[in-house]
Amino acid sequence: MLDASEGYVTADGRKIGGVVMEMKNITLRFGGVVAIKEISFDIREGEIRAIIGPNGAGKSSMLNVISGFYVPQEGEVIFHGKKRPPMRPYEIAQQGIARTFQNIALFDGMSVLDNVMTGRLNYMKSNLFQQALWRGKAEAEETQNREIVEKVIDFLEIQHIRKTPVARLPYGLKKRVELARALAAEPKLLLLDEPMAGMNVEEKEDMCRFILDVNDEFGTTIALIEHDMGVVMDLSDRVVVMDYGKKIGDGTPDEVRNNQEVIDAYLGVSHD
Amino acid sequence: MGGDVKLAQTQSGAAGLQSLPALLQRNATQFADAPAYREKEFGIWQCWTWAEAEKEIEALALGLINLGVNEGDFVAIIGRNRPYLYWSMVAAQSVGAVPVPVYQDSVAEEMAYILGHCGARFVIAADQEQADKVIEIQDQLHQFEHLIYLDPRGMRKYDHHQLHEYSHVQNQGRAAYDEWITDLNERRSKLTYDSTCVMLYTSGTTGKPKGVVLSNRNVIESAKNASNFDKLGLNEDILSYLPMAWVGDFIFSIGQAYWCGFCVNCPESADTMMTDLREIGPTYFFAPPRVFETQLTNVMIRMEDAGAMKRKMFHRYLEHAKKVGGDILDGKPVSFMDRLKYKLGDLLVYGPLKDTLGFGRVRVGYTAGEAIGPEIFEFYRSLGINLKQLYGQTEATVFITVQPDGEVRADTVGVPAPDVEIKIDEKGEIHYRSPGTFVEYYNNPDSTASTKDPEGWVATGDAGFFEKDSGHLRIIDRAKDVGKMADGSMFAPKFVENKLKFFPDILEAVLFGNGKDSCVAFINIDLTAVGNWAERNNIAYASYQELAGHPRVLDTIQEHVEAVNRSVAEDDMLSGCQIQRFVVLHKELDADDGEMTRTRKVRRVIVEDKFSDIINAMYGGDAKVSTTTEVTYEDGRKGSISATLDIRDPAIMTVPSKMAAE
Repeated sequence: MLDASEGYVTADGRKIGGVVMEMKNITLRFGGVVAIKEISFDIREGEIRAIIGPNGAGKSSMLNVISGFYVPQEGEVIFHGKKRPPMRPYEIAQQGIARTFQNIALFDGMSVLDNVMTGRLNYMKSNLFQQALWRGKAEAEETQNREIVEKVIDFLEIQHIRKTPVARLPYGLKKRVELARALAAEPKLLLLDEPMAGMNVEEKEDMCRFILDVNDEFGTTIALIEHDMGVVMDLSDRVVVMDYGKKIGDGTPDEVRNNQEVIDAYLGVSHD
Repeated sequence: MGGDVKLAQTQSGAAGLQSLPALLQRNATQFADAPAYREKEFGIWQCWTWAEAEKEIEALALGLINLGVNEGDFVAIIGRNRPYLYWSMVAAQSVGAVPVPVYQDSVAEEMAYILGHCGARFVIAADQEQADKVIEIQDQLHQFEHLIYLDPRGMRKYDHHQLHEYSHVQNQGRAAYDEWITDLNERRSKLTYDSTCVMLYTSGTTGKPKGVVLSNRNVIESAKNASNFDKLGLNEDILSYLPMAWVGDFIFSIGQAYWCGFCVNCPESADTMMTDLREIGPTYFFAPPRVFETQLTNVMIRMEDAGAMKRKMFHRYLEHAKKVGGDILDGKPVSFMDRLKYKLGDLLVYGPLKDTLGFGRVRVGYTAGEAIGPEIFEFYRSLGINLKQLYGQTEATVFITVQPDGEVRADTVGVPAPDVEIKIDEKGEIHYRSPGTFVEYYNNPDSTASTKDPEGWVATGDAGFFEKDSGHLRIIDRAKDVGKMADGSMFAPKFVENKLKFFPDILEAVLFGNGKDSCVAFINIDLTAVGNWAERNNIAYASYQELAGHPRVLDTIQEHVEAVNRSVAEDDMLSGCQIQRFVVLHKELDADDGEMTRTRKVRRVIVEDKFSDIINAMYGGDAKVSTTTEVTYEDGRKGSISATLDIRDPAIMTVPSKMAAE
């Protein structure tokens, strides 16, 4: 198992830094259902961290705990060295974490450009009155934010659908637009909930390329949930494996691959 | 401004304008503030004037010298149309090297052949995708030394001993200005009309690509003649979207752009070409027939989806345009009422349509490369777009014949271009001789000798004849494709294929029947058109293959084939070419599988060989055929698809008059 105290260097030569976020004995319950049970792990700066597990293992709940949307009943989340208190929605949005959703959550009737612009909401400081007048600060702000959005559009190669309403796009492109919106927020930590679900091989390859490029180009820390094992093993630096709300494995893809408990969870064992 | 151009053009090659770098110097002083390049990036059109472009190119040229590029070296350039890559070509020329643009969608093996054949020491690649291909094959390349890449994304982790970022090379060039500027000036001044300007690999419908060496004389004389022919000037705008490795793009986007000093506009990405076309509104436009076909298909599809009122108006005025539009464009007499109605149509339909297509400002448009369906050609002309045809090839530096304004017809390719001589040999093959005639095939004296005779006549490989009354050249087909059927009647596959391809549902068609007693055809459906139709008719399909095999799709295609048979039957000479049987292929013919050239011409022999089982089944009278086909994916991996195809028997028109006439 990797020594997590000092950071490490990956096989392809990327330097992974200190701990960004640490989960300490997290337990999350919905009424009587225990979704997550005493899980601890950390996410380090610059790494791609995968969370895997069979259906209903509690992966998406875990992601919601990381983003601060769910507050666990027990345990603490240490973010940037400080214990994170329960937050209001706007505080959640301002902490520098962006995400994509398992079921695409875009504004269907709006163009791609407008959708991606919504990712910049936290950076817009002008008030309604200034926006309405469209003078000075509001205009300058829009230009500034549009520039960043255009860079993201260029980065993800979606120039050709800039003005297309999202509802008219095929699934694979919608996923990419969602990623664009998350990137527009310039997050420190990017959460991807099943970024490849339902994609064909070519779309998956494109998405992998983009995720690696985001990590490489902007140094964004990425935590992702994914079912495609090939993708997870190729992309991620470290993997957490969950089953029935518990952590059953944690380590590099190779370590996890050879972990007997993980193999059992995926292939199934007879419960005698 | 017009005066300036005239002045510039009166100075012929003798006055020192014997190379593209020399033309660049002239443009940078005479047209310093005129736009030379535009590219849409980050959603905004970025612009460089001639003076700015000259500085960029100079910096790169100095950087290339600094990296060790020698005179006579080959510099391969791979990527989509971007100003930076056009600059690379001229920068390479400035330092005495020879630019070799390579098709960006070439798979690694094709690239290995070309880079190995010319022995390129330097490669300038657009991005990681292209760089990866070069790195993959670098072990096979003995002379390859340095790779310069344009877009740094994803490149950071690579070993940079042989890799250089484009902007860094330019910066190094600027830093080493004092050291190398004398060398650069010296190298530039050595360039003459006989120096090699560029080497272009022909895609070749058969065999390995050949490197066509074109001199400055070839390029500049051809560009000059063609520009004068169409009265092109400083204020033209063109959209450069065709492959940089293709001779046409080299002549339009570099040769003519440098001669006239007009502006080259590069689209944001390959997928945004249509939007960019509309935003730029080029005045001079060039496209292979396929682009026009696709546009027409899209227009027709969108009109199907439009409201009843619009649809009615569209068809009514289009009908009128068909009647008089072409004549108005050609300046022929047309009645006042018809003119008035056409004007109204222009206001309501043609104008907005042209604007949507991006042809609102086109003064001169050309199509070449393949025969264009007459219906498609006339559609555009009837809207008032001056679309013309030209006939040319890489070895001629494009121009062999062109259509003068006012003498444009769908079935001919025009009169000999300025300074071009043409003769037709006893077998009907077309030969030409011109200032654009290529120097040689690089490292291939045998092919050079068999194509170009000592007097400079080049065999085109196309069969054709001059029409007696008009003096226009008519191309029948590739000389080797025209054949005879078993009963001795003429077999000209293109003639029938083009008729089929006019139907929006049909993307590609290949006709067989040489030496046989009947003709059979392969058909590729157009996924856009048929997919849209399927959607409207609630037909579910999961793949191209499934849609292509759907019984209702086959019914529709059969109707088209029968319509073509009726039309073919009307031609006395070619009535034997009616389609007796056909299949709709389970895969699109594709350049990656070698079935088409990179310029999307069907490689008949390869298709015939690859699908011989299907052809045999068709001639054997089977009702179905099972087949397995190997396919190559974009990343070079191979796979296979198998399918069972229905063979259809469309109705044949009997031609009773034929016997009587004989």
